[in-house]
Amino acid sequence: MGMQSVRSFTSALALGAILIGSQAFAKSDITIAMQLEPPHLDPTSAAAQAIDSVVYTNVFEGLTRFMGDGSVVPGLAESWEISDDGKVYTFKLRDGVTFHDGTAMDAEDVKFSLDRATAEDSTNAQKALFAGIESVEVVDPLNLKVTLKEPNGNFLFNLAWGDAVIVAPESIENIKTNPVGTGAFTFDNWVQGDSITLKRNPNYWGEEPALESATFKFISDPTAAFAAMMAEDIDAFDNFPAPENLPQFEADPRFQVLVGSTEGETILSTNNKQPPFDDIRVRQALAHAIDRQAIIDGAMFGYGTPIGTHFAPHNPAYVDLTGVSAYDPEKSRALLAEAGFEGGFETTLHLPPPSYARRGGEIIAAQLADVGIKAEIINVEWAQWLESVFKGKDFGLTIVSHTEPMDIGIYARPDYYFQYDSTDFQALMDTLNSTTDPDERTKLMGEAQRLISNDYVNGFLFQLAKLGVAKAGIQGLWENAPTAAIDLTAISWSE
Amino acid sequence: MSRNLILGAALSSLVVLAALVSFIWTPYDHAALDIPSKLATPDNTHWFGTDHFGRDMFSMIMVGARTSIAVALVAVGIGIALGVPLGLTAAARKGSWLDEVIMRGNDLVFAFPSLVIAILITAVFGAGAINAIIAIGIFNIPVFARISRGAALSLWEREFILAARVAGKGTARISIEHILPNVANLLIVQGTIQFSLGILAEAGLSYVGLGAQPPTPSWGRMLADAQTMVGIAPHLALIPGLAIIVTVLGLNLLGDGLRDWLDPRIRVARA
Repeated sequence: MGMQSVRSFTSALALGAILIGSQAFAKSDITIAMQLEPPHLDPTSAAAQAIDSVVYTNVFEGLTRFMGDGSVVPGLAESWEISDDGKVYTFKLRDGVTFHDGTAMDAEDVKFSLDRATAEDSTNAQKALFAGIESVEVVDPLNLKVTLKEPNGNFLFNLAWGDAVIVAPESIENIKTNPVGTGAFTFDNWVQGDSITLKRNPNYWGEEPALESATFKFISDPTAAFAAMMAEDIDAFDNFPAPENLPQFEADPRFQVLVGSTEGETILSTNNKQPPFDDIRVRQALAHAIDRQAIIDGAMFGYGTPIGTHFAPHNPAYVDLTGVSAYDPEKSRALLAEAGFEGGFETTLHLPPPSYARRGGEIIAAQLADVGIKAEIINVEWAQWLESVFKGKDFGLTIVSHTEPMDIGIYARPDYYFQYDSTDFQALMDTLNSTTDPDERTKLMGEAQRLISNDYVNGFLFQLAKLGVAKAGIQGLWENAPTAAIDLTAISWSE
Repeated sequence: MSRNLILGAALSSLVVLAALVSFIWTPYDHAALDIPSKLATPDNTHWFGTDHFGRDMFSMIMVGARTSIAVALVAVGIGIALGVPLGLTAAARKGSWLDEVIMRGNDLVFAFPSLVIAILITAVFGAGAINAIIAIGIFNIPVFARISRGAALSLWEREFILAARVAGKGTARISIEHILPNVANLLIVQGTIQFSLGILAEAGLSYVGLGAQPPTPSWGRMLADAQTMVGIAPHLALIPGLAIIVTVLGLNLLGDGLRDWLDPRIRVARA
C-alpha cells in the first residue's frame, strides 16, 4: 500500500470515466412505438401482426427469413438442396446456434416446430403454409429432410413467415409470456399496456447487433402518437397512424419520414353470400361506385397505391386491373337497376379503428349514397370486428387491410369471412401451388388476379403505405414492410 | 330585463335559428364530399372553411346545431316528463313509503357520474343519437324530480292549498291545478340549464364516438376528427369548439337571466 496504489486507483477511476463517457456518446438503445399491443408473444399460434412486429427476427428466427426488400434469404438453415422432382428439401442447419436458455438448436427442434404447426390440433394461424408437408425427418443434428406431398414453389417463402419460426420443446410451455428463441435479442420485460423490452443476446450466432436494448412502446391514439414523437419521448414510430401529420415531420430536421409499401391490400370486403351481394351485378355496381383516388387523398392524405385486385403492386407478378372497376357512377346505377335495385338498397358498413377504415368508410358511404346504396356506418373495435365480422360473418360491407404477404390464396377458402366460393379459383390455386416454374407461376398469378377482379369479389381500394417516422440519426429501419416486423438487427445510431 | 337575459336569449336564438334554417337551406350539402378542396381556410366561398373531406364547415355547423338541440331537447323532455310527476307525487305523499322509494331511487341515479354511465349505456346498447338521448335523459329525471319536490313541499304548507283542500279537491288535482303552475318558473330555469348540460353531454359522447353516427354531423365528432389536424388546419377544431361555447354560454346566461326575471322576490326588490 502507499502512494503507488492510490495513484493506480485514481488512474483506474479516470479510465473508468473515459469508458463511461464514450458509452454515453454512442447511443445503443432505442424506443420504437407501435399502435397495437400484442395479445401475447407466440407468433406460431396467433394471427396478430403486433406479435411479429416485436419478435420476428429479433427473438425468433425461421429456417429462412425476409429481408427489408422482401427477398427471402437463409436464416437458421445455412443452405438447402431441392430434389429434382421438387418434393424433398434437405436443409443444412447452422452450427453452434443456441436458444436463449442455453440449449442447442438442432434438427430435432426444427422437426418439433414443423410437426407442431402441421399437427391436427395445431393452433397456427397460417396452417395453409404447412399443409403441403408430408413428413419431416431428422438425418443428423444438423441435417433435416422435409418431404412435400406436391412440389411447392412457395415453400422457402412460406418458411420465412413469422408463423414458421423455430421454437424449442423445452420452452414451449411459457412461450406466450416468456418467448425463448435463437435471435439476436432476448425477451427482457413486458409492462402490460405500456411496453416490451428486449436485450441483446450475448451468445448470438450471427453478427452482433449495434443496439444493446430496445423498447417497444404501445401508443394507439393518433394524437398521443404525434405528441410523443414531437416531444421525442420515442425514437421512432413503426407505422404512424395519422398520415396528415407527416408533412410536419418532413419539415422538421429532427426527424426523417420513411414512406414505403406494406403487403396490406385495403379492400371493401363484401359478404358474397349475403343478398344482394350474391349477385355479381350488385358487386360490380359497388366497384364502379367507388372513386379510389378520392379515398386515398381523403383518408390517407395521398399515401397509397390504387389496386384493382388482391395483389401487391410492388410484386413483379402484379397486373394493373384498376380499369376493370373504374369509377363510373352512371354505370353503377345502370347495373343496380338491371339487378332490380332501381332505388338502391340498405346495407351495413362495419368500420374497425384505423383511419383508413374510419375515414375511408365515411367517403365510401358518401360515394355509395350517390348511386342510391344506403350503407349504415357501424364503428367497431377490433375485438368486436373479429367476433361479429370475421368469425360471425354478420356484415354487409367492411373495410380492412389484409397485411399478410402473398395472401391471394384466401379467395380459395369458401368459409373465409367474405365467403367467395368459386371452384374455378380454387382449382387455379391448386395448380399454382403445385407449380414451381417461375414464369408459369407468374402467369397463373396473373390469371388469379384477373379472376377475382372480374368476379368483383370485393371492392379493391388501395395498397396500404408504410409511414415510418424516426429521429434523423437512426439508420437501418425497414422502409417497406414485406411482413410485419421491426428488424432490430440492422438498426444503429449514426454519430 | 337584465343584460344577461338579453345576451343569453340572443346567443341561444342564433343557434336555434341556425338549426331551424338548416332544414330548408344550407350553403352547401353538408354531406357532399369535395376532397380536392379539403382543409380550405375560411373565405368567401366557404365561410367557415372546409374539413378534411372538403365538406363545408358552415353547413356542418348548422346541421350539427340541429343534432345537438334535438338530442338535448328530447333528453330534457324525458327529464321533465318523468321527473316532475315523480317529484310532485313524492311531495304530495311526503314521508310515506312512496316518497322514500322515489327519492332514494333518485339518489341512486344521482350517485353515478352521469357521463360515465351515459358512455356505459351507449357502449352496451350501441352508439347512436337515440341511445345518447336516452342516456342523457335518464340523468335529467332526478334533477327535475328533486327540484319539483322541494318547491312543492313548501307550497303544500300555503293557505291557498289549504283552501283547495277544504274545497274538497283531491291530492292529484291539487298537484296539477295549483302546485304545477307555481313550480313552472323554476322548471323553466332548470330546463334551460339542463339543456346546456345536455348539449355538452351530447358533444362529449360524440367526441368519444358514441353519439350521432356519421354522416350525421355532430359538433363533438367534428372536434374529435379535428384532433390530429390542429397543427395544419386549426379552424377544424376552433369552429366546432366555438359553436359549443357560444351555445352553452348563451343557454347559461339565459337561464341566469330567466331566474332573475322570474323570481318574484328579486323582481320586487328591483322594483
